[in-house]
Amino acid sequence: MARVVVDVMLKPEILDPQGQAVQRALPRLGFDGISDVRQGKRFELEVDGPVDDAALARIHELAETFLANTVIENFTVKVEEAVEPAVGAEK
Amino acid sequence: MSLDTVENASKTPDVELPWAELGLKKDEYERVVEILGRRPTGAELAMYSVMWSEHCSYKSSKVHLRQFGEKAPQSDAMLVGIGENAGVVDVGQGYAVTFKVESHNHPSYVEPYQGAATGVGGIVRDIIAMGARPIAVVDPLRMGAADHPDTRRVLPGVVAGIGGYGNCLGLPNIGGELVFDACYQGNPLVNAGAIGVMRHEDIHLAKASGAGNKVIMYGARTGGDGIGGASILASETFDDAKPSKRPAVQVGDPFQEKLLIECTLEAFAEKLVVGIQDLGAAGISCATSELASNGSGGMRVELDDVPLRDSTLSPEEILMSESQERMCAVVEPSKVDRFLEICEKWDVIATVIGEVTDGDRLEIFWHGEKIVDVDPRTVAHDGPVYERPYARPEWQDALQADDANKLPRPSSSDELKAQVLALVSSPNQASKKWITSQYDHFVQGNTVLAQPEDSGMIRIDEETGLGVAIATDGNGRFAKLDPYTGAQLALAEAYRNVATTGAKPLAVSDCLNFGSPEDPAVMWQFAEAIRGLADGCLQLGTPVTGGNVSLYNQTGEAAIHPTPVVAVLGVIDDVARRTPVAFQEEGQLLYLLGDTKEEFGGSAWSQVVHDHLGGLPPQVDLERERLLGEILISASRDGMIDAAHDLSDGGLIQAVVESALLGGKGARLVVPDGLDAFTFLFSESAGRAVVAVPRSEELRFNDMCGARGLPVTRIGVVDGDAVDVQGEFALSLAELREAHEGTIPGLLA
Repeated sequence: MARVVVDVMLKPEILDPQGQAVQRALPRLGFDGISDVRQGKRFELEVDGPVDDAALARIHELAETFLANTVIENFTVKVEEAVEPAVGAEK
Repeated sequence: MSLDTVENASKTPDVELPWAELGLKKDEYERVVEILGRRPTGAELAMYSVMWSEHCSYKSSKVHLRQFGEKAPQSDAMLVGIGENAGVVDVGQGYAVTFKVESHNHPSYVEPYQGAATGVGGIVRDIIAMGARPIAVVDPLRMGAADHPDTRRVLPGVVAGIGGYGNCLGLPNIGGELVFDACYQGNPLVNAGAIGVMRHEDIHLAKASGAGNKVIMYGARTGGDGIGGASILASETFDDAKPSKRPAVQVGDPFQEKLLIECTLEAFAEKLVVGIQDLGAAGISCATSELASNGSGGMRVELDDVPLRDSTLSPEEILMSESQERMCAVVEPSKVDRFLEICEKWDVIATVIGEVTDGDRLEIFWHGEKIVDVDPRTVAHDGPVYERPYARPEWQDALQADDANKLPRPSSSDELKAQVLALVSSPNQASKKWITSQYDHFVQGNTVLAQPEDSGMIRIDEETGLGVAIATDGNGRFAKLDPYTGAQLALAEAYRNVATTGAKPLAVSDCLNFGSPEDPAVMWQFAEAIRGLADGCLQLGTPVTGGNVSLYNQTGEAAIHPTPVVAVLGVIDDVARRTPVAFQEEGQLLYLLGDTKEEFGGSAWSQVVHDHLGGLPPQVDLERERLLGEILISASRDGMIDAAHDLSDGGLIQAVVESALLGGKGARLVVPDGLDAFTFLFSESAGRAVVAVPRSEELRFNDMCGARGLPVTRIGVVDGDAVDVQGEFALSLAELREAHEGTIPGLLA
């Protein structure tokens, strides 16, 4: 079994109200020196069987159609406990 | 990347600019060159291209829209008319109401949640730009076929977006519609309306007068979102290294918008504002050129001072960005500090970006260089105007000759009963509770009526009970059969819906959704619909206060049905006198008001049972509508009726079933003399309503109708737990409820 992590982030041009709220809170709490915060989502998928190219392709597809809204979000897929092959897909 | 300054543009007349990619036609570009006496800079081209787009300039629709002004009825209620952010109507007791409907069709198709959400945000900013406090929103929606997979993608997202944004703002959603039709596949219509209220003395107009006054941008920072054409300008011509895929989708932040509302209204209350403009389509290009040209004309803007979310934006992109939740105010120098203080209090970023000048040029600077030097009127108001050719389509005759009255009708009581069940469970006639229950109807505690009532109603004064009502209606099928009559039917229905709840109709806003204006057939539909609506408003005495045109709702050759959506606003002196749809008490008598004719063209029956669209739509008699409205309002005020429902899609049986289910009380109906059961139940003749009259009021009600000459027919009584059409069939409320309320969840949940 292996863990595949899908990170979903809003595209850089897209407004991130949650990240902004965090950023505005930081100086109030005494944490200086942070000029921008963007918040994303992390999905940890426990995969049955080998994480081969076919499995990664499937995960890529599910990330593209379900986990991420690709109109406004980007995502990355990476294998955390690599079995083989350790291929990172990026979109 | 080299900066394209005005000086540079004069020296390099031969530089090719991507005007075609930005959507300008050759002659339009030549006109820009002629106006400026030189080639435009990149920034100027960005401004002209976006401000001269169909969306911003109304270049195809302008010549027809003039009729709303030319045929405007005399009305004491109009305080501010067409041309401002939203029209303003006097509703008495010193209150004024502003309302408007706009489209956010295409963005909602691309990204349903954010598209619909920012549609709500945009219309709400139009309301606050008038100095009014938003009090309610409505959302007329039209989607593709109910069982199409893409409808499952678009509709739930749209509903969640409307609900999410509105709920965060704390605005009740009190009305709207949902219509499914295959013609909207790929072109769903997401229209959004809002109502705001203010005192007469607080009305504000968008203008920038008085040299030396400061131009302040406040609200969200400007980012790279929602830039349509600017990306072409920025990435392909001037700098190939930039990320060229700027998404045309904007993400909204309703909590920011809530702060904008409070901050703007506080600044208004302290009389700090000379002029104000919300930033919607075309962003800063639109706000600066419109503010300047509505005022004395001159303005100087330092684009470097605009707060940015993304420091890599080019000046062209800043000018065109459609980042949400931004406003622009013109403030006297002595009041700037106080204005900024209020913004700071509400945690709203505010920056002085320029000032009003005594010249007549709009000048914009970037890094100290002048990149825009234009007459703002040429950008904002003197855009191209097209007299597009229009012609009655050749298929119109055949469509109208395909008479729906000749379709096979039910031949037995059993068949009639089956068709009634099919009708009330069809997606368009089924209960929309699954949708509307996702909206907050009652936040703020002033909602009197909301969906599925005939109109939404909001109390605006707790002491006196003064309230306003709004209904939106439109029937693309009727308009396809005859756009002139179809537009009047939409007006008549919305007018009737307002009157049915007991409110007096005052004014109209519209959202005109059509296909491509370059198609003469579509242009004919558009011209006819406007003519119909303008004539109708004149006759009913309800002026059009403003609205919106959405063209190019078309995929390939196939345009949507012409869909003029009409919103009617009404006023009621005391909301306690309202009339609900639901049957209240057993034993009350049911009366049908108006005349029932054999009119099935474009009807729900013809669609549900025969999948047919042809013939002529029902006739319109606006004098009759006005009379019916007066009767319904009087009867409501004098307590003569306890329930009322207008008759429209689906005819009488649809109305009775809805009233019965909402009240949890059945009805016994008798087919009146001179009508067959089928026509009685399914005809969609206009100018009709069904009312429930307490027995004690029967005489008085009949006398009133008789004295004023409104045909009235007793058709039955509120009774039992079934809808029983005597001599034909009976359907239990349980059976009807399952059919009526199960459809939409079955399709979408």
